[in-house]
Amino acid sequence: MTTAALAPEAAAVAARRRAMAPGTYGIVAISIAVIAIMAAPIVLSALASIKTAADASAIPPHYLPRTLSLENYAKVVGFQAGLATYVGNSALVAAMTIAACLALAAPAGYGLARFAMRGKEIAFLILLAPIMIPYQAILTPLYLDFARVGLVNTHIGLAIVHTLLQLPFSIFLMRASFETIPREIEEAAVIDGCSTWQRLTRVFLPLAVPGLVTVALFAFINSWNEFLAALIFMNRNTSFTVPILLVSVRAGKFGAVDWGALQASVIISIIPSLAVYLALQRYYISGLLSGAVK
Amino acid sequence: MSKTRSSGQWRGWLYVAPALLFVAVFVVIPFGQLIVMSMTDRSLLGGGKFIGLMNYIRIWNDSGFWRALLFTVKYTIVLTPILMILGFALALLPADNTPLKRLTRTVVFLPVVIGLSSSSLLWFWLFDEQVGLLNKLLVDLRVIAQPIVWFASADLAFWAIVISITWKVVGFGMVLFIAAIQSIDREILEAAVIDGAGYWRRAFLIVVPLSRRIILLATLVSAIGSMLAFDQFYIMTSGGPRGQTFTAVYWIYQNSFVSFRLGYGAALSIVLTLIILAFSTLQIGLTARNEAT
Repeated sequence: MTTAALAPEAAAVAARRRAMAPGTYGIVAISIAVIAIMAAPIVLSALASIKTAADASAIPPHYLPRTLSLENYAKVVGFQAGLATYVGNSALVAAMTIAACLALAAPAGYGLARFAMRGKEIAFLILLAPIMIPYQAILTPLYLDFARVGLVNTHIGLAIVHTLLQLPFSIFLMRASFETIPREIEEAAVIDGCSTWQRLTRVFLPLAVPGLVTVALFAFINSWNEFLAALIFMNRNTSFTVPILLVSVRAGKFGAVDWGALQASVIISIIPSLAVYLALQRYYISGLLSGAVK
Repeated sequence: MSKTRSSGQWRGWLYVAPALLFVAVFVVIPFGQLIVMSMTDRSLLGGGKFIGLMNYIRIWNDSGFWRALLFTVKYTIVLTPILMILGFALALLPADNTPLKRLTRTVVFLPVVIGLSSSSLLWFWLFDEQVGLLNKLLVDLRVIAQPIVWFASADLAFWAIVISITWKVVGFGMVLFIAAIQSIDREILEAAVIDGAGYWRRAFLIVVPLSRRIILLATLVSAIGSMLAFDQFYIMTSGGPRGQTFTAVYWIYQNSFVSFRLGYGAALSIVLTLIILAFSTLQIGLTARNEAT
């Protein structure tokens, strides 16, 4: 579509366009080179992960596996408290983050989009506080508060931090989704005697499903990938999330890096976000565009 | 209509209240605590005696912090233009709407959604001097004679991280720029073609100026991300060699969570927040203008 905009199809200008634009073969070559460069790290890592452990640590290294083996994956599955524990931690934190983002952002977006509120701008400004105050800055007081009430090393504690990271974007997006719903639909619900809450649950939410999916998608990916808060708040080896697992796999047992196990854990860590992104690509891109506020 | 409006005054607030409460409890109050803490000598063991602005005076004389801040600024100034220019070039990559173009865009964007910790460990491996395939490739291509020990030198480590992050996030700018280009009125471009403007003239004299708001926004988002960089340095360099690759956030982390100088770390955090505030205010201003139009 970019091309369509940049180089209109009009027959009269076709020849000129061909003369002016870089050659088609050149473009194909560049595209293939770009794909190769961008895909290579992931492909090579995936190939390394299915080498035997010895082959994966061979010096000098080989590009391709000599023999295929799931040895590295087996090692990661049995690492410390077990892969299932770590994936479970990450999944639970992500699920809580999704739930909290939806539960907080949908009503807030509805309030901001559909009600005349005095001081609405002040409310919006407070809700943007997590953008203005980077979470990296408030981790110390949060850690001390959480330690006091027993939220350190808990899923809910980390989910709270991930929710505050995602909340401004989520509210922004929900507000935008609700604003596009026509007045007439709301008025019909008012005439039917629906309360404002019924209007939200029966009219607005069903019409804002794409927005809800986008909020959930970003909450999942960002929670699954988040590193610094997880590093600080989940410091017991049974409470690690997947990104922290990666670092401890590298640290290994005796100092020497187990490269095969490291690549296996990298691949395991990226599969969920890649799969979710590929399945819901359209929502992700539209979210990125409407909410470049993040 | 009238019903919606009359009940709105307090009902609207009712719906916004849970989110407001959440932000107040988990962001605003902790920030207040941070300000108080920054004026104490609190450590993990306790303390917490009020010492006024002593921590801030210490920051003034903390060469480690200034080195980290300067390093972070350098990282941001080098990385941001690379990301913007490459992102724009990829967005402009002209081709008919073929499967090849769609595949290119999908593949370029894939690293954006994977975790920074995953990509950093991936590149840590590729750059390794013994088992790293990047070194092997460069040796095989006769670009270098010996594998390079990337993380033994602050300069090489810096570029290794710039390369890995470019790979990781170049797709972000690309996607924003594609949208910017698509939103340009086709008639303007057609008129330019008829007037004899070539591809590159159209790109630089029409597309770039008309996309400047998105370019600015993408630049700000990227710059804020770089100013807050931590994961990639923690994982790939651990701040080394000789503490030359600490970033501002990493320096705060070291003080607060490694040396447990909580009061001092809090003061550093306040300074960083003020720096970021300048960027994010501009960003919010730009976004708000976007909404208005």
